Amino acid sequence: MNQHAAAPSGPDLAEEFLDRSTPLGAIRNLLHRYPAISPAIVLIAAVAVFGSLNERFLEPSNLSLVSQQVAVVGTLALAQTLVILTAGIDLSVGAVMVLGSMVVAQTTVQNGVPAPLGLGLGLAVGLGAGAVNGFLVTRLKLPPFIVTLGSLNVFLALTLLYSGGATVRGRDMPDLLTLTGETFAVGGVNITLGVVMMLVLYIALALILQGTAWGRHVYACGDDPEAARLAGIRVQRVLASVYLAAGAILAVAAWIQIGRSNAASPNTGTDLNLDSITAVVIGGTSLFGGRGTVWGTLLGALIVGVFRNGLSLVGVDVLWQTFAVGVLVIVAVSIDQWIRKART
Amino acid sequence: MTTNGTGSGEPILQATGLVKTFGRVVGLDGVDLALHPGEVLAVIGDNGAGKSTLIKCLTGAEIPDEGEIRLEGRRVHFKRPQDARTHGIETVYQTLAVSPALDVAANLFLGRELRKPGPLGTVLRVVDKKRMRQRAKEELSALGITTLQDVTVPVENLSGGQRQAVAVARAAAFGSKVVVLDEPTAALGVRESQQVLEMIRRLRDRGVPVILISHNMPQVFAVADRIHIQRLGKRAATITPQTHSMTDAVAIMTGAAQEGTR
Repeated sequence: MNQHAAAPSGPDLAEEFLDRSTPLGAIRNLLHRYPAISPAIVLIAAVAVFGSLNERFLEPSNLSLVSQQVAVVGTLALAQTLVILTAGIDLSVGAVMVLGSMVVAQTTVQNGVPAPLGLGLGLAVGLGAGAVNGFLVTRLKLPPFIVTLGSLNVFLALTLLYSGGATVRGRDMPDLLTLTGETFAVGGVNITLGVVMMLVLYIALALILQGTAWGRHVYACGDDPEAARLAGIRVQRVLASVYLAAGAILAVAAWIQIGRSNAASPNTGTDLNLDSITAVVIGGTSLFGGRGTVWGTLLGALIVGVFRNGLSLVGVDVLWQTFAVGVLVIVAVSIDQWIRKART
Repeated sequence: MTTNGTGSGEPILQATGLVKTFGRVVGLDGVDLALHPGEVLAVIGDNGAGKSTLIKCLTGAEIPDEGEIRLEGRRVHFKRPQDARTHGIETVYQTLAVSPALDVAANLFLGRELRKPGPLGTVLRVVDKKRMRQRAKEELSALGITTLQDVTVPVENLSGGQRQAVAVARAAAFGSKVVVLDEPTAALGVRESQQVLEMIRRLRDRGVPVILISHNMPQVFAVADRIHIQRLGKRAATITPQTHSMTDAVAIMTGAAQEGTR
């Protein structure tokens, strides 16, 4: 499709390709280059609208609620971003997180495993799940959608079998497990350690993606795997490492989830797969791979959080909130398609 | 550039008696090829004459059944494209192997990024963007590519000719001994093709020998020092633009004329 778009542009060259654009084309080129701009505008607009519709929206207590709601989805979406950058998709993020949180909670509470070791087992679950997904995608060459659709169900079933459907309460757990729910105040807004942890992960992954060869290879593999291979990148190895890294992030998400709900329940969070994909897509990361930033995803997760919270504050039915988020996704993907045509 | 041979007559890359069969189909039937330092060698031939199989054997994409390949006089065995590459044979593929969303500098160094000096680079594996951009600029201007000043532009914003320039610059950038170009102008317009040909000349003038596979006779005669004509899985002749005309070349290609000399 690239060659197709380039062909009619004639024989000439760099001086022209920037100048030739119309105002609309200029906006498109700008968005093309900085895909996080549009979600930033949407977020600012949403905050302004909800803030003026309901004065409680901007109150510190409400803002801390939004931040806590975003912490779990935001962390899942971070793992999701990594996978989607390689033109894959991970439908199992929520299921892996829940399985991880159940393993952490049950081993510590029922089997008396020390808390740090329990968290280590949670990490092992995340890495194991990532290894399985990565193996199926890279060795058996199955499409990521199918692989993770299957593993989603496998992990959900494992979770229920393992936990017997029972919730582990936070007050039965060692303090370390619920540490992510501890709060401290910043200018009246209560921030949980889980939120801080999420932000640290974002900063770390942003630095890695922009600053290391591995990060560039992730983009290159999603962009054009054949070109990446011919450039000497071991594409399958990069893909496998992406699913592993995503699994590690999901293990942290499991910890944040325990703190957030002050419990480990086999039934909470299993529906967060789609919210994580929503956040990534709204954040300007292309489902076709190779384009996007983690900051866009953070904005996307914030947009979803602000929409849900703001709409319920102004008294909109929860079904209409879901409706609004759905519309948001379709609009975001349409914009992505339009931006991708921005070839002069 | 010097060879470890006895003089400029020593080929830098030499293939002798290459045979490659695919089932009952004979792709190469004992081909010889010699590339000398500082020359542009064009490889032409009709469809099915074996030119792409020949190139694939030279660049490690195929393993010949028989025959030997020598690089600077030493025998080499390429099992995969990466092997040829580590030996200094860089190939620019017909399907441009560039990553559209990455910028020009990132594409030039894709797969061999420069790391920052010190523990930042060795332990944390941080890439040195500044140095890569600097070297990308130097490399492009050395090839006479003046239309590509901004190396931070994503490659997808470039025209076909500029993308080809990026691909060629990448092949030339890493102290390569041989650059192989597979139909580099096939998808380009007239002016862009001229720029690519100019780039090939500059590459040669820098001492890097080039193998050029092309269907385009006028371009081949414009840029090549010698022309290897492939026919029926064998080398039919090696001619020069000075001693033969395009008509002669076509006659040899199609078998209408015989030419045994070099």
